[in-house]
Amino acid sequence: MGGKTVTRADLCEAVYQNVGLSRTESAELVEAVLREISDCLVSGESVKLSSFGTFNVRSKTERIGRNPKTGEEVPILPRRVLVFKPSNVLKDHVNGITGSEAAGEDD
Amino acid sequence: MIKSELVQRIAAQNPHLYQRDIENIVNTILDTIAGAMASGDRVELRGFGAFSVKSRPARIGRNPRTGEKVEVEEKHVPFFKTGKEMRERLNAG
Repeated sequence: MGGKTVTRADLCEAVYQNVGLSRTESAELVEAVLREISDCLVSGESVKLSSFGTFNVRSKTERIGRNPKTGEEVPILPRRVLVFKPSNVLKDHVNGITGSEAAGEDD
Repeated sequence: MIKSELVQRIAAQNPHLYQRDIENIVNTILDTIAGAMASGDRVELRGFGAFSVKSRPARIGRNPRTGEKVEVEEKHVPFFKTGKEMRERLNAG
């Protein structure tokens, strides 16, 4: 099993190898894709990437939390959180199941 | 926003590129992330978030209809942790 960390540089390299743009332009396009996804989520819209997964923004209400070290009660303010729901294809892929073996359908 | 809309938006910003190149770029990014997770690697995208794989140990499950015990094998699940900058942007103002 792995243990490596894949970063932006690796995504840029993969785009460079696959698409035939310059390295600079590949890097700009990777950035543009991430920016577009982020901006969309910040605006409150969800992002659905078929066969990969869905990013949803969820609003949380205020609740009482506790500082685990001191036991002190602190209010946790209302906030928005990002949740990622992996698609069945991605779940299967991570378990070493390839397309032809996958029985379940995907959204 | 769905994938085809993402492709269209990027295409609108880059009129010098073919739409199929943009599709190829988006798919390459997603496939690279998925491939890394499949080999157990972590994907860290500063400002956005990090993808990793968590392992769920084998357990004894039950068929909820019959109550019968079934062995559930160890499995891996994709996990995403929101990045700091993204978290802050979601809660700005």
